[in-house]
Amino acid sequence: MCLAIPARIIELDGDKAVVDAMGNCFKAKTTLLPEAKLGDLVLVHAGFAISLVDEEEAKKTWQLISEINEFMDTQNRISG
Amino acid sequence: MLDRINKAQRDIDAACETLGRQINIMEVCGTHTVSIFRNGIRSILPKNLKLLSGPGCPVCVTDQGYIDAVLRLADRDDCIIATYGDMIRVPGKDGSLETKQSKANIRIVLSSEDALQLAKDNPGKTVVFVAVGFETTAPATAVVVKEAADGAIDNFCILSGHKLVVPAMRALLSEKNDNINAFLCPGHVSAIIGYGAFAEIVEDFGRPCVVAGFEPVQIIEGLCEICSQLSAGKAELKSIYSAVVTEKGNIAAQQIVNECFEPADGYWRGLGEIKKSTLKLKDKYGRFDAFRRFGISEEPSEEIKGCRCGEVLCGLIEPTECGLFGRDCTPQEPVGPCMVSSEGACAAWYKYGRKKRNK
Repeated sequence: MCLAIPARIIELDGDKAVVDAMGNCFKAKTTLLPEAKLGDLVLVHAGFAISLVDEEEAKKTWQLISEINEFMDTQNRISG
Repeated sequence: MLDRINKAQRDIDAACETLGRQINIMEVCGTHTVSIFRNGIRSILPKNLKLLSGPGCPVCVTDQGYIDAVLRLADRDDCIIATYGDMIRVPGKDGSLETKQSKANIRIVLSSEDALQLAKDNPGKTVVFVAVGFETTAPATAVVVKEAADGAIDNFCILSGHKLVVPAMRALLSEKNDNINAFLCPGHVSAIIGYGAFAEIVEDFGRPCVVAGFEPVQIIEGLCEICSQLSAGKAELKSIYSAVVTEKGNIAAQQIVNECFEPADGYWRGLGEIKKSTLKLKDKYGRFDAFRRFGISEEPSEEIKGCRCGEVLCGLIEPTECGLFGRDCTPQEPVGPCMVSSEGACAAWYKYGRKKRNK
């Protein structure tokens, strides 16, 4: 559950942000990462940006997350 | 990419041949566990290199007594339970949140902010946030506790089950399993605490600690770094996840956690009590502590008959050595916590390890 998801900040008002991860947009806060700016790629965990991340790393993680989602889906199917 | 994997694999083989003895490397991160299984990494490692899945999944190590406390609060009409989805199926003494007859007051949230919003939207109820997770997750809880204090949102409180990875690693080495030769350290926990936090494991126990990310190349190169150190008779601290992790970590996150919480002794499922391994709200935020507000405590948990999750979490046995595994304990009907969470060693093993074994 410690997995953080890379996402781009597409709106920023104070510490309230809207981020885009793999085409999914959701709210996140930058309280823990005050240096984050509009357009930055950040790692988001439990609704909070926790770290900056570069483009290459973000792409690799998105790829991994889609594989893990596939893994979880298979497990959920097993679980019925 | 393939070149890097091949090179790391060759170097691991060479180092393990030089070592000529059994080497045990423990990962303490559920996401590493899943990635290792998903990518079949175990199958390409030399025979004398064993990977152990340690207590890296916060859901798996949450004690039964904590779940029982959540279930007791869920019985109250004046409470709303806000929880991350991962916790829904974890069994307490008498069932789980999922098996409760009335689920009207149980809400799944994706963020601690959502839990605080529930409190704002339901002034007539007390919202109890089921605050679990390692160092990665604790800052998000601290932020909302502070917001609740600043905004005088008194119908909000948290049941802190937050845990700290480094004290658990210390307890493993000093009390449970001194056959762990090195640690592959968690990436996103390190984003918060910094890779420097693992220096004490290297210095006090002489075990290599390498922080790695989650994709296969990172994991294999992390293992390669560890094997190279071991074969050279070294124990060093290293991070190969420099895209995300710094030595000092996220200072703002550490500060807000230190503002709200202090380390306390606490129970881990399977590992028992570990000194200074959990986070408890400081007295100045005591009114947001659900344990204090409702006068409840974590009752000592009863062991689940036949379940060997504790030994699995310590790296003492593999999941298949448990008599319940795959027969009485499956992802459909989990008995132990390592089967409940999809990041648990038993669940990952059930999905991938079992296939390999049956070949």
